Amino acid sequence: MTLTQHDIDQEIAAQHAAYEKRLADGGPVEHQPRRDYAPYRPSVLRHPKQPPVTIDAGKDPELVELSSPAFGERDITEIDNDLTRQHDGEPIGERITVSGRLLDRDGRPVRGQLVEVWQANSAGRYAHQREQHDAPLDPNFTGVGRTLTDGEGRYRFTTIQPGPYPWRQHVNAWRPAHIHFSLFGTAFTQRLVTQMYFPSDPLFPYDPIIQSVTDDAARQRLVATYDHSLSVPEFSMGYHWDIVLDGPHATWIEEGR
Amino acid sequence: MTKIDPSRPESVLPTPSHTVGPFYGHALPFRGGEDIAPLGHPDTVTVHGYVTDGEGEPLPDALIELWGPDPDGNLPRVDGSMRRDPASGGFLGRNGVEFTGWGRVQTDANGHWYARTLRPGARGRSAPYLSVCVFARGLLVHLYTRIYLPGDPAALAADPLLSGLEDARRDTLIAAREGNGAYRFDIRLQGEGETVFLEFQ
Ligand SMILES: [Fe+3]
Repeated sequence: MTLTQHDIDQEIAAQHAAYEKRLADGGPVEHQPRRDYAPYRPSVLRHPKQPPVTIDAGKDPELVELSSPAFGERDITEIDNDLTRQHDGEPIGERITVSGRLLDRDGRPVRGQLVEVWQANSAGRYAHQREQHDAPLDPNFTGVGRTLTDGEGRYRFTTIQPGPYPWRQHVNAWRPAHIHFSLFGTAFTQRLVTQMYFPSDPLFPYDPIIQSVTDDAARQRLVATYDHSLSVPEFSMGYHWDIVLDGPHATWIEEGR
Repeated sequence: MTKIDPSRPESVLPTPSHTVGPFYGHALPFRGGEDIAPLGHPDTVTVHGYVTDGEGEPLPDALIELWGPDPDGNLPRVDGSMRRDPASGGFLGRNGVEFTGWGRVQTDANGHWYARTLRPGARGRSAPYLSVCVFARGLLVHLYTRIYLPGDPAALAADPLLSGLEDARRDTLIAAREGNGAYRFDIRLQGEGETVFLEFQ
């Protein structure tokens, strides 16, 4: 049987209603997606069925997971954070500047840590062998960037506005335009891989991946804000996106960073 | 919504996780990501295995990160895991001397992964282990687990995590010795023999 957008819409609505009911029954706000969110079909066979075993990180400051790998100037190059300058020619598309701060749950900046991004080109095509979407490749755009956060936890990328793309989970399934982010904190428990979206994308209601974050306020935290002060005159549109890492961390690691 | 004001603690709420998707391959893996041990180090171990789904099918698109201490139990503070060539922008690989403790490896088309790292030393009350973070298409939130190496039954028995698990589940966290410093560690995301995954509070 062909899976339609209508089928997925109904599943998304049911999941949202179930979350509202859990909240009404006194359940906690769910900041993270559930791993078994079935409207996103690839999760069905890949989520653990046993509940995770909880480790109380407060009991043992020696846990390996309370520290994090280090990255430095050797691990990046000068133009890694400018995805428009990695080839001989200019990539096609609307140039954008994306910037924000990396913070922990206490609102403290995460300094000197690695931020990695990857994305489709302006036509919605990834420079990846297994990509099946037949939109054009751009020889001047790979869509990969890296940077280290500065002393205030700030990061900044210059890139091209990515296009939306179809992904075949169901008929007419389209991903809203997004940039993938990979982030490290001061503890391995804070590791985060996520996606940043653009304001007012009409595809949001149809996409089971963004809708996997069933809490409305939490989902909004994945959407960047247009920021005129970040727009570069005669060059690029600016978007602001702050990131907050979850998970316990040892405060003593902050010293000396 | 996405400008966060740290002076208002109630506004500092976690950014939700999303799947790594299928197309991270040109962005995240890097040359030598799996060769964490300094060249020729006598405490080098190879850990390897398959990542499988609820039907036992291997995942050709999983990404594993390993993080662990050196053989003395000290956590590395050195960068340089993904040293870059300023001229070409490409990856140089590690320098073969310093131990960064961190590595990243993608499963191959058979769903198999391997890494060469240093045998971890013990820290605190725990038996020695490598911390593992698993990413894949289909995983909306990554998964944490641990690789414990066999050989010291007393340390394993005293480990605060392992000692709280029933035997069958506990065994999913202990790699199998294969000789020549190699250890097998399969990661079963779902179903029979499902690996124990962890959350931290
Ligand atoms: Fe994508």
